[in-house]
Amino acid sequence: MAYLTDRKRATGLGSAKAGTEHHLSMSKSAVGLLILTPLFVFTFGPMLGAPHADVVAYFARPFPAIVAALMIVVGFWHFKGGVQVLIEDYTHGLTRKVLIVAMICLSYAAIATGLYAIVKLAL
Amino acid sequence: MADVNRGDRPLSPHLTVYRPQLPSITSILTRITGNALLIAGLMIVWWFLAAATSEAYFATVDGFVTSWFGDLIMALSVLGLWYHALAGLRHLIWDQGYGLDIPTAEKLGIACVAGSVVLTLITLVIV
Repeated sequence: MAYLTDRKRATGLGSAKAGTEHHLSMSKSAVGLLILTPLFVFTFGPMLGAPHADVVAYFARPFPAIVAALMIVVGFWHFKGGVQVLIEDYTHGLTRKVLIVAMICLSYAAIATGLYAIVKLAL
Repeated sequence: MADVNRGDRPLSPHLTVYRPQLPSITSILTRITGNALLIAGLMIVWWFLAAATSEAYFATVDGFVTSWFGDLIMALSVLGLWYHALAGLRHLIWDQGYGLDIPTAEKLGIACVAGSVVLTLITLVIV
């Protein structure tokens, strides 16, 4: 131990491992969501509570359908990264691993379900 | 040097001894709003699934989403969504190295809170 330098003893022990990639992924999806959010709120919003036939006709149009699909994909991608940091900050050990995997599964399930529904509505 | 005070270092001040202040409150609100949006996100996916399935299923889900309870969740989620968007924009600005001094950071924090309320009112009026 006495022959190790301070630097050598500390290398690899920090909390950050692959943080850069994660941070950049969150930043890039955030920029996308800044564009998508207003588009989605003002296209999807008026359809809440509308008659079923109107909803089907509305999402058969390309623009609302593509905006909704992108919002669900990028939104849940961004959520997956964000909730992972939340879990890492407040839980430890097996609980942490189980929660992160569960949230990743939930995010991909939501993306798949949303895309399936929008494709079915649009086509 | 390397062996001084190992394992007995002072810990950084934690939540219990911190006085709440604008930067810390706006920071934790970003996390709370972002993660709480899961509920509205899942409700919207469910709504799309119902719309793609049948008119009867759509009537059930749309009825829930536009009930007083659903409206409450959606209205709060719109507020959370705009807040999280503005706070995220603030983080992107900070990441570029701008606005990190305390007076500017606090102004940006007020802008996030006030801006999200204004955007929510606009959304609720238009939508």
